[in-house]
Amino acid sequence: MSRSNELYQQVILDHNKNPRNYREMADAAYVCEGHNPLCGDHITIYVNVDPEGRISDLSFQGNGCAISKASASMMTAFLKGKPIEEARVIFKEFHEMVTGEFDPKSRENHLGKLTLFEGVKEYSSRIKCASLAWHALMGALEKKTSASTEA
Amino acid sequence: MANPTDTAAARSSGTAGPSKPVFKPILDIKKDFPVLNREFGGLPLHYLDSAATTQKPLAVIEAMDTFYRESYGTVRRGVYRLSEKATAGFEGTRKKVAALINAASEKEIIYTSGTTQSINLVAYSYGRKFLKAGDEIILSQIEHHANIVPWQIVAEMTGAVIRTIPVDDTGTLILEEYKKLLGEKTRIVAVNHISNALGTINPVKEIIRLAHLAGPGGKGAVVLVDGAQSISHMTVDVRDLDADFYAFSGHKMFGPTGIGILYGKFAILDSMPPYQGGGDMIMKVTFAKTTYQAPPHRFEAGTPAIVEVLGLGAAIDYLKQVGLDKIAAHEAGLLEYGTAVLRDVPGLRLIGTAAEKGSILSFTLEGVHPHDIGTLLDEDGIAIRAGHHCAQPTMDRFGVPATARASMGPYNDASDLDALAKGLKRIGEMFR
Repeated sequence: MSRSNELYQQVILDHNKNPRNYREMADAAYVCEGHNPLCGDHITIYVNVDPEGRISDLSFQGNGCAISKASASMMTAFLKGKPIEEARVIFKEFHEMVTGEFDPKSRENHLGKLTLFEGVKEYSSRIKCASLAWHALMGALEKKTSASTEA
Repeated sequence: MANPTDTAAARSSGTAGPSKPVFKPILDIKKDFPVLNREFGGLPLHYLDSAATTQKPLAVIEAMDTFYRESYGTVRRGVYRLSEKATAGFEGTRKKVAALINAASEKEIIYTSGTTQSINLVAYSYGRKFLKAGDEIILSQIEHHANIVPWQIVAEMTGAVIRTIPVDDTGTLILEEYKKLLGEKTRIVAVNHISNALGTINPVKEIIRLAHLAGPGGKGAVVLVDGAQSISHMTVDVRDLDADFYAFSGHKMFGPTGIGILYGKFAILDSMPPYQGGGDMIMKVTFAKTTYQAPPHRFEAGTPAIVEVLGLGAAIDYLKQVGLDKIAAHEAGLLEYGTAVLRDVPGLRLIGTAAEKGSILSFTLEGVHPHDIGTLLDEDGIAIRAGHHCAQPTMDRFGVPATARASMGPYNDASDLDALAKGLKRIGEMFR
């Protein structure tokens, strides 16, 4: 399999074309716009949290490449219903995976099908595309209104 | 060989039915560029990012290597032979640059680190001295950030105001709107010769003529031309243009990085204060008062990029040897051929379709973000640029966050553009 086929798998192409949870959330508790200043792409994340500290609703909107859009789509689907603390752990694992610091096969982890993005680590110029939505989510949970991949 | 029947049919049909485009190469210089003869992952390299930076011919690489090995020394300081020889090459390149752009004197040629520093030099030195609150700086809507941000900084310092010349849907500057912007308050006009994001060749001679009739009391506003995209693609004659400043980079004209040029009319340069202070730009230093050198040395503080200057000299020799007229003709053919083969790609939209264009093809592909195009074309050995091209206002004008851009140089041929079109068709299908 060629390098880019590993990156642009069918699941990722599908999420790019039919992104899940792609909508504005009028009553969102937290809204954060993530920017990638290197390319000008931006993704806005909307979050609601229930009294037990779980992510009760999560959606996004914005402009980005297939990698950033699919990453945002899969992130929203994956994290909905999960406790915030678990989301933070998953963010850390995901970030370390795409930057090549963590091999998901080396130990048990919480990434599930998000390991599809492991191929991103081969593309130094695209790591920030995959992590853009995640940075925006972490920003939202810290009650920030904007976040950057260059933070 | 083309099928003779097809050719005849295409000729006789005259109108409809797109005849297969033909590219007649004028130059065959790929062999001069070592990196273009390398393979990447078993594939030949199709380098289509010359607007970002050009590849280097062996002549430039060897000139710099030889200089480091045999003749390296500092310039304009040493009294030993190495330094004298280096100085001769260093100042000799200034004469070559002056001849290349037909400057009146090599005293009008300032060495900088690149186009960006050249523009900053004018903004900080000329702008800070001569701009007052309410004065106007006119830029075009399709400038590179390097010809926007320095003016914004100096406008903030001085209270000057920035106004912009709009473009039409083809990416052509609307001169009627420019004429309306010109007036008593106009002090500086800064435009690119060729837009890096769209390829539009701007009518700089007319822009300059009109600016010189405006300004306080009609005494003329000064015009800076950002020549980063034009210098290695067409013959530039600063005196024919009557440009007050002309800025360009060595690395976009087959020379090394880290060296650029600011041309300025001597009288204007002589009216300007230093941009940076340091060694070599002074006449005499005491703690009571320091006096400065005349231009160009007034603007060249510190040890310069000596070897890069020598490399630039070799690049100019190479440009002359190949011939700028031949380069322009070869690239015009590439642009025509590339435009035709890209128009054949389903879902492709060309951004920038001005009548006068340099060899730049900026485009979007329906349903595919430019960054994905860039990553996927790389797989085929094709190097293009994807993004906003440091021209976000241009992207805003055309309602796109980014474009993919293929930009050609004299070493490109039809195979590069055929590979591009084929790759784009594959990507289009993949995302459908």
